[in-house]
Amino acid sequence: MKKLFALIAFALVPMTGMASGGDVHLDPANIDVANDAAIQRGAKTFVNYCMGCHSAQYVRFKQLTKVGLSEDQIKENLMFAGGKIGDKMTIAMKPADAAKWFGAPPPDLTLVARIRGVDWIYTYLRSFYKDDSRPFGVNNVVFPSVGMPHVLQGLQGLQKPVYEEIEHEGNVRQVVMGVEPGQPGELTPAEYDAMVRDLVTFMAYVSEPVQLERQRLGIWVMLFLVVLFVLAYMMKKEWCKYVH
Amino acid sequence: MSFMNWIDERFPATKVWNEHLAQYYTPKNFNFWYFFGSLAMLVLVNQIVTGIWLAMNYKPDAELAFASVEYIMRDVEWGWLIRYLHSTGASAFFVVIYLHMFRGLIYGSYRKPRELVWIFGVVIYLVMMATAFMGYLLPWGQMSYWGAQVIVNLFAAVPFGIGEPLSEWIRGDYVISDATLNRFFAFHFALPFILAALVFLHIVALHKVGSNNPDGIEIKKNKDENGIPKDGIPFHPYFTVKDVVGVVGFLIVFLAVVFFAPAMGGFFLESPNFEPANPLKTPEHIAPVWYFTPFYAILRAIPPLFGSQFPGVLVMFAAIAVFFVLPWLDRSPVKSIRYKGPLTKIAITIFVITFVFLGYLGVVPSSKIILGLTATQWAQICTALYFLFFALMPIYSKIDSTKPVPERVTK
Repeated sequence: MKKLFALIAFALVPMTGMASGGDVHLDPANIDVANDAAIQRGAKTFVNYCMGCHSAQYVRFKQLTKVGLSEDQIKENLMFAGGKIGDKMTIAMKPADAAKWFGAPPPDLTLVARIRGVDWIYTYLRSFYKDDSRPFGVNNVVFPSVGMPHVLQGLQGLQKPVYEEIEHEGNVRQVVMGVEPGQPGELTPAEYDAMVRDLVTFMAYVSEPVQLERQRLGIWVMLFLVVLFVLAYMMKKEWCKYVH
Repeated sequence: MSFMNWIDERFPATKVWNEHLAQYYTPKNFNFWYFFGSLAMLVLVNQIVTGIWLAMNYKPDAELAFASVEYIMRDVEWGWLIRYLHSTGASAFFVVIYLHMFRGLIYGSYRKPRELVWIFGVVIYLVMMATAFMGYLLPWGQMSYWGAQVIVNLFAAVPFGIGEPLSEWIRGDYVISDATLNRFFAFHFALPFILAALVFLHIVALHKVGSNNPDGIEIKKNKDENGIPKDGIPFHPYFTVKDVVGVVGFLIVFLAVVFFAPAMGGFFLESPNFEPANPLKTPEHIAPVWYFTPFYAILRAIPPLFGSQFPGVLVMFAAIAVFFVLPWLDRSPVKSIRYKGPLTKIAITIFVITFVFLGYLGVVPSSKIILGLTATQWAQICTALYFLFFALMPIYSKIDSTKPVPERVTK
């Protein structure tokens, strides 16, 4: 019984589930990083829409050979500026220029899935709305006053804000609480969500390309250790016979 | 065995083997809690070995450090595994050490004649904290940078015009910079070897007096005709085979984290630390890694005096330093909790809950409301309880009832 208690106490020491800040409701991205086709589609969206401004400077194009693309396919479909297959996904825009144009340089996105979490990216890319007071005519529910234009506006269309009245110290203020469909784009809302989900899958994959191999290997490590534990325990029992 | 004779005439190999392993008599009633000493050594070795291999590809340069960590994670063969073993190992080290200290606390392992064993242990804990703190700067992420900024600024709170120059001297600059990263890397590489030397002293002192046990009985008081303690069994092979079980059990938990949850939900690798250090962008919420948060909560609990944070800094260091005097605070006639009375049991329970809760309070924003009180108010209550555990110990340990201690160890 005491042993059991000790084991439970041991298991509880590193408590999991740290709260990730922010009070905005995030939609679950429900991605599957084992889905190579989704990663491939996401890569295409990334190089076409994101890489104008955002790099993924720690990722080599060659990494995508691990998700089922050949080197030729990568060169033809994803590497518009030429270069070698081992090159990293960098961009030509200088950070100093970018800071001038957008207020802040667009961040490198290699690790964004580990910084913000996949649900945040998924919700963010679906939460732009029309706001004429902003330089690019759009604002974002998840990231208010964001410097980024709505690059995917042609695909999604332009959503309208949903206001809610909030009373704060006697003053009634209108606060943007969500979005509703406005002017439609090329894709239906369902198609748009699927495209964003693929893009988020790609971001999650490149944030830690080794994650699937890590888990696959981990299972073998666990199986080995369980066998070793049984053997070690039997050896200990054998020696305990001599202790009186 | 003429070869061993040749060695033994020149180096006491067999003598050391016998004195510290084959004929080192250890109480036979060790339980679960006695695994953590050997596990701590295992983790120290893990940290040193993986650390050396990381250093082969890491660049201690503010321009290159962050990218070199990603290079290790992506381009170095097995680099990801070495890095996760090291980052998870840092947290595992503190888990193991906290449990090891808890064992000492409940079974009175700090009591006479083991005061020096305990004091060496507290020094090890201090050096470990310094090593971990400096190591945390090396990935050069946002939390690395701002965490170091906050901690080094603590020294700036020292009054009489000493503080500012002192913190500048530590940083080598007016802010955390390349100079700071370079010196922290140098110390982070060197300190583990000091740590190994301290572990050596810890064990030499332990083997001089012999191990305590869950009954808190001196087994050396009951020897047979050959001078061997009746309740003692040789460390090798009995406890080497037992510790192997502990090691494999530990590895199952440790490697499960390494392979399936290396970030441990943001506790072992904090999410903001995947963003490179940016001196111009202060994170919304700066929280140290979990193993420092109890002391961070104590620091934040103390209100500034005349605009100076110095009292908080003093109290925080006092919270660690108080461990040094623990051997002289306990006035109970018995060592182990098994034979101590309800007062001690209640005090230890409150202390453990307080420590864990302080750890939680150090993670959350200080303005967070918990059951009607702010995190700061809770931290003030817990800080008071933390120090009362030590301050009142000479009283409650003395007046507490005790049970009779048996002559021989129990199962």
